[in-house]
Amino acid sequence: MRIRSWGERIWPIVPVLAALLFTAGLLVVFGANPIEAFQAMWQGAFGTQDNTLGVIAFSIPLLLSSLGLLITFTAGLWNIGIEGQIVIGAVAASWVALFMDASSPVMIAVEIILAMLAGALWAGIVGILKTRGGVHEIFGGLALNNLAIIFTNYLISGPWQPPEGGSLHGTVPFREIAQLPRFAESRFAPLSLLFALVALAVVFVALRGTTWGLRLKALGKNPRSAFLLGVSSEREAILALMFCGAMAGLAGAVRVLSWYDNLKQNISGGVGYLALLVVMLAAYRTLWVPFIAFFFSMVLNGSITLQLRTQLHSSLGGILTGVLVLFVLLFGSGKVLGIGKPPDKQFLEPETGESEA
Amino acid sequence: MNETELIRTLASIILQAAPLMIAVCGETITERVGVVNLSLDGTMLMSAMTGFVVGLKTDNVWLGFLAGAAIGALFALIVAFGSIRLRQSQVAVGFVLTLLGDDLSAFLGQNYTRIPGPVVKFMPIPILKDIPILGPLFFDHDIVVYFAFALVGLTWWWLFRTQPGLHLRGAGERPEAAFARGVNVNLVRYLYTMVGGALVGIAGAAYSLDVKIGWAEGHTRGLGWIALAIVIFGGWSPIRGAFGALLFGATKALATILQRTFPEVSVVAFNSIPWILMILVLLVVGSESTERVIAVMPRPLQRPLRRLLRVAPPMALGTTFGE
Repeated sequence: MRIRSWGERIWPIVPVLAALLFTAGLLVVFGANPIEAFQAMWQGAFGTQDNTLGVIAFSIPLLLSSLGLLITFTAGLWNIGIEGQIVIGAVAASWVALFMDASSPVMIAVEIILAMLAGALWAGIVGILKTRGGVHEIFGGLALNNLAIIFTNYLISGPWQPPEGGSLHGTVPFREIAQLPRFAESRFAPLSLLFALVALAVVFVALRGTTWGLRLKALGKNPRSAFLLGVSSEREAILALMFCGAMAGLAGAVRVLSWYDNLKQNISGGVGYLALLVVMLAAYRTLWVPFIAFFFSMVLNGSITLQLRTQLHSSLGGILTGVLVLFVLLFGSGKVLGIGKPPDKQFLEPETGESEA
Repeated sequence: MNETELIRTLASIILQAAPLMIAVCGETITERVGVVNLSLDGTMLMSAMTGFVVGLKTDNVWLGFLAGAAIGALFALIVAFGSIRLRQSQVAVGFVLTLLGDDLSAFLGQNYTRIPGPVVKFMPIPILKDIPILGPLFFDHDIVVYFAFALVGLTWWWLFRTQPGLHLRGAGERPEAAFARGVNVNLVRYLYTMVGGALVGIAGAAYSLDVKIGWAEGHTRGLGWIALAIVIFGGWSPIRGAFGALLFGATKALATILQRTFPEVSVVAFNSIPWILMILVLLVVGSESTERVIAVMPRPLQRPLRRLLRVAPPMALGTTFGE
């Protein structure tokens, strides 16, 4: 093993410190004591057993989405549409939870399967628009995100609104048998952790030891030569997106069946966009993803407590994670943090030639 | 709908489209020089917030626009620096900035939401405003609208009729050739990416100070992405882009009219129109089927149709250039 210099060892912490400093600066500007604020965030994340379980519960859909994105990033695709895929998964699970009558295990199984199918199909649209319609996945995905959110708002303000009427507060709470069983009155469903661990194993093995993973890598690295080698880029791209969509759909089901207990506005809570940041930070390394997802979950849950205590907007958590990823992207040495560059050479047009002189 | 109402609707479409036209011009310049600044949505939120707060504090809308432009140029500089100097993915940096701009604007603007602030003054142009039809449509507005139209013309002229414009496009199409002709490709890229970003910033401030007055969290959310899509639909031409912006401005008016016509349909459903339109216009310019449809058209129509419906991005878009 190569011996790493002291500087190389210390370098990964620098972006973290820089992000903390930047956030601390913002807190000072807004008249808050940064030390107290970070303490409040820490307590919000780990102060009570309930807080800690909340951090775990929030991190699971984030982890599932990030695992899906590992597959699409490997194939060189920017699945920004993941946000909408989570929302549609949540809608599908809610549909079953509201209208199906069966025993609890059957209902949960149907909810999960339908949510994954819905997410995969929603992602499939992005894939078809890209491969057949020449619509870049960033724009197709973004439009479909907004359509999914608008569809949810339509449902909860129209056909699915509670009998007492109301605006955009969400559907009635689901029956107990339709929800994922939680651990000790918290928002954490042990079953969802099991899903996440299975997904982690599947993605890890798929990327390490299968020809599918190899084809995805070939597609991501160089779509044209992959085509010459017989890898159908259209088929692989659509499949990768649909796999990611299924993971996102599952994440949506977990959100709606255990984090909440009904379908409401902003059901995904930005988990999909956050997952994109997680994977950028993990730079294709599957085993880093759970830890980063957990860390992000800690920061975001902590910032909600911060808002309760100091009245400061909870977007501070998003700022901290965003600045961290930006610093790592810009200054994290590729050697140390291995920050990959998701291929964007083909942005807008695959035929674009290399202009490297 | 009578004539007065029609003219009023069309005039409001033009007002709605004006900031989009400014943002589209900015991003068109940026992409023409070979850089994708994907951060538009976050940039516009940040500049809308900053423009509003600075305008409010100084009681001067012009300083608000200046602050918006500075924020836009700063975000663009980060994208350019990350790409040109650090060789990082433009899409990745731009996307992170999009999210960051959203959160930062929500945090920094938290004490300024939903309060009255300064507004750009209405400024009809004497004599011209009295021309029938054209007067109320184009000359009965404020300076943002006049600026937007002037900018479209100026951008087109600069890009396609001047020597610096040729260098600009050269850096985005064939950077090696431009370099061989003595163009400092990376300097030109820095410069125009920041100019483009500043224009996007002005567009953001134009919302909070004029078209959608005030500030609230997520005030312009989504509009940056629509501007990015219009740049593609516009085939990287400011004039076509302006038509795209007008088309999207029209969707808002269309939604209002449809709502009045079909009161039983949920209001929410009409919000989907711009996003469906976004997919459709990108399909038209992106799909191979369009080419097939053109091929079966009568021969004399083929060339104009192809010019109208097919687009090609600058060849070196999104790539880095090493000297």
